[in-house]
Amino acid sequence: MAKVNVTVKILRFNPDVDTQPHWQTYEVKDIDETAQVLDVLHRIKWYQDGTLTLRSSCAHGVCGSDAMVINGHNRLACKTLVRDVMPVITVEPIRGLPVIKDLVVDMEPFFSHYKAVEPWFINPDPPPTRERLQSPEDRARFDDTTKCILCGACTTSCPSFWANGKYVGPAAIVQAHRWIFDSRDKGTAERLQILNDRFGVWACRTAFNCVEACPREIDITKAIGEVKKALTFGTVDF
Amino acid sequence: MERHQVEVSKYKFAGGFETWAWFFMRISGVVLLLVAVFHLLWMHMVIKVENITFDVVASRWTGAWGPFWKTYDVALLIFALTHGFNGLRWITDDYIHRAGWNAFVKAILLVIYLVVIAMGAYTIFSFTG
Repeated sequence: MAKVNVTVKILRFNPDVDTQPHWQTYEVKDIDETAQVLDVLHRIKWYQDGTLTLRSSCAHGVCGSDAMVINGHNRLACKTLVRDVMPVITVEPIRGLPVIKDLVVDMEPFFSHYKAVEPWFINPDPPPTRERLQSPEDRARFDDTTKCILCGACTTSCPSFWANGKYVGPAAIVQAHRWIFDSRDKGTAERLQILNDRFGVWACRTAFNCVEACPREIDITKAIGEVKKALTFGTVDF
Repeated sequence: MERHQVEVSKYKFAGGFETWAWFFMRISGVVLLLVAVFHLLWMHMVIKVENITFDVVASRWTGAWGPFWKTYDVALLIFALTHGFNGLRWITDDYIHRAGWNAFVKAILLVIYLVVIAMGAYTIFSFTG
């Protein structure tokens, strides 16, 4: 495996001493070109500068903790390989959310939008003795939006969300879509009403940044379009 | 799919203003693509820029095809202005966050929109030559 040297430029911010974020450059030597950007950041934190602050957990693209802006694109640091972004790697915190320190942002506005769409199973019918059955076709209807890991890459790539944080954002709409188009769920009308707002789906200006940003390759703008269509035509059967 | 039919009645055409504003943008976008492009081609390529005078426009509105051209020009006026001003309304919601300023800017946009539509429509319909 080829070893490479990379230059890493990180946008750093320490609320105790800084008034503005600033760039800091690190040289990382002899790293596998197939290593993750997350490995590079850990090499810096563990061997060069322990003050570097970042979030990560599973390191395998499932937990959604390490979304960041890598070379100008919203990416998961654990799913981005060094060879695809070298030799100069720029890393910034995701945009549109308050920076707490370095690459760590306050996700609370993001999660409060998420909670606003009631992202849980709604069905007042008494549960059957066994599972609630669903045909493979009905399951396939919302398969794409079940893949969301709530990393925030889409919402923080969205110009509408940057412009106005009141916008519920693509991630919350994806999560709503996952229930709206689930034949077992009965909260459809409720969720559609919540999203039928100038800061709900109607603040989506179809910039498609979310589609480019999603590490799970969810067709997000299409999912948002389907919610708009459901509101326009008064049906989810299409 | 029976469940959905039950649900549908609850929110059928709960669409409301924002829904129809969005739907209008889609439809008017397609309409403008045809109407505005034809307008440009007709005025600039067929009549040619150097020939556009008051007399050309006057004869168009008063000639045999007068009703067609008047309808066409009113449609272009209304579709283009409504599409454009709704876009400005959206941009206002994106960037002007204070409720008071937001309402103020939208009120001004509405006034300009109505005045320009009224002026344009008055010109077209009251035109006698």
